[in-house]
Amino acid sequence: MYLVVIAWLILAVTSMASLFVGAIAISPWDALEFLLSDANGLTSTERTILLELRLPRMITAILVGSSLGIAGVGFQALFRNPLADPYIIGASSGAALGVTLAIMIGWQAAFFGLRTTAIAALLGSLLIVAMVMVIGSLSRRSSSLSLLLAGVALSSMISSIVSLLMLWSEEKIMVIFAWLMGSLANNGWPSIASTSFIAFVGFIVLWGLSRPLDSYLLGDVASQSLGLNLAWFRFLLVAGASIATGAAVSSAGIIGFVGLIAPHMARWTVGPKHVWLIPMSACYGAMILIAADSIARTIAAPTELPVGSITALMGCPFFLGLLLFRSRGNTVLGDAS
Amino acid sequence: MTHLAVDQLRFGYTDRTIIDGVSLDLRAGEVLVLLGANGAGKTTLLRLIARQLKLDSGTMLLDECDIGKLARRKLAQQIALMPQHENQSSMLTVHDVVSLGRMPHCGWWAPLSNADESRVEDAITATGLSSFRNRSIQELSGGEWRRMILARAIAQDASVLLLDEPIAGLDLKYQYEVLDQVRKLTKQNRLVSVVTLHDMNMAAMFADRVAILHDGKLLAIGKAEEAITSALIRQAFDVEVSVMKHPTLGTPLVVPLHDFSNLSRGGYPRPRFQQSQP
Repeated sequence: MYLVVIAWLILAVTSMASLFVGAIAISPWDALEFLLSDANGLTSTERTILLELRLPRMITAILVGSSLGIAGVGFQALFRNPLADPYIIGASSGAALGVTLAIMIGWQAAFFGLRTTAIAALLGSLLIVAMVMVIGSLSRRSSSLSLLLAGVALSSMISSIVSLLMLWSEEKIMVIFAWLMGSLANNGWPSIASTSFIAFVGFIVLWGLSRPLDSYLLGDVASQSLGLNLAWFRFLLVAGASIATGAAVSSAGIIGFVGLIAPHMARWTVGPKHVWLIPMSACYGAMILIAADSIARTIAAPTELPVGSITALMGCPFFLGLLLFRSRGNTVLGDAS
Repeated sequence: MTHLAVDQLRFGYTDRTIIDGVSLDLRAGEVLVLLGANGAGKTTLLRLIARQLKLDSGTMLLDECDIGKLARRKLAQQIALMPQHENQSSMLTVHDVVSLGRMPHCGWWAPLSNADESRVEDAITATGLSSFRNRSIQELSGGEWRRMILARAIAQDASVLLLDEPIAGLDLKYQYEVLDQVRKLTKQNRLVSVVTLHDMNMAAMFADRVAILHDGKLLAIGKAEEAITSALIRQAFDVEVSVMKHPTLGTPLVVPLHDFSNLSRGGYPRPRFQQSQP
């Protein structure tokens, strides 16, 4: 347990540090003094940058990163596959379709602080995941395999539809493309409050499944003999992981690899028991995204790179290493355990 | 007092019947061994009783309660199934896995109480796994893994133990130890144990009653000397054996009559071999 606490403390320090880096550097001492005592150590521009840009962005990074981290644990456990990620059953393609349609038709909506794209992404991802669950439950194959197959099939189809729509709507292609690359910018405090609530629900559902998740990894027969109602458990697991994924995509678009990497880093640190694995994976997800966002903001400042491309650049070597480790029969990683 | 009664169980897939009209009546303190050829329906019967497969027809009563109507958690408090295979790729430790045996009692969230921990430790000790308790299950041999699964079933504290080939892959010493443990628990705690085995001699020594399954039907059930006969074994397994009396225990002793050196006759029977028996 102490490792989880230490990791969250490190996250608190690194995320505070991320407030001071960017195109305009802010003195950490002045900023801390301002945040703690509201003293006049900062100029009004610096205050605006700190309170309206960087602080919301840092909190968004923590919310999105931790949501992707726990959703990754959930989907890796569901498919008993360490290469599963939060988008495996179509959350990303559903979100992309929702946002593409919303941008194309010029839909304007606001709901509990969420912007149009956030609502469209959340609705799109949850709708597609629900469709995958319904299709999967109609199949006579094992439930998790049906879900996987239905998710892959539907995702491919929807990705093609999104591509066609983007070609059809040439003048808005850059707006849609920018969203697809993922960004932590432009999230105000009301949006953060709504995302926090959604992410918290996802976290509580998944964390509440910690012990059943441990038993589920031993196989269907074993977990059923330990009293697990598999249909109900799988429903809760997919719901919790999809809600967490929905929280992430609605705030930041599609950010790859965080949900794949964070669970593995957490497993190396605290082992396979989900009661510690889930909060640790949340912490690592947040750390990765804060680091990636800091790089995205500073490496080509004042130009900002899409954070999704940074996580992909960081994640790809990790992913390939994982594949090589597994192909050599290395068991250090375990199977989503 | 535990009483397990299953009556006229039927189960199958669209193209074939797996279990066809099996009835069993088992009382507290009884050990039943299921024998049968591969595919005879032994594992399926255990999974039906544990309600992991949906019956086509038949009734299953545990202490006069319909097993089909018990909530899954309640069922797991009363029936523990030790499966033949499990996913061994998890990095959980032996202690973690045995602790999961308490999940039906303490639920999804509540931490294990001292009494739960004590049950887990007892189960680990009883199966001789004390020195392995913190070892990852990926590092266990087949025999150690089976003992761990038995420990989990013991920790589950159920009144019915369904053990699917619990001694497969174990050396003779551990075969005795595991079966001794099962028999002791069954008698001491007045449980009902249903165990599938392939070793007929072990079954004859270990079981109170033996049931032989053949093509999903119950071919015979009774004391070892009633169920383990050369005629029934020929019918169930399509092999020739000679059944004698164990020189010290008096239980049936099955002697295979296969002759690997006589391939031209399909390996058996070779009359000379039969005649040379004492």
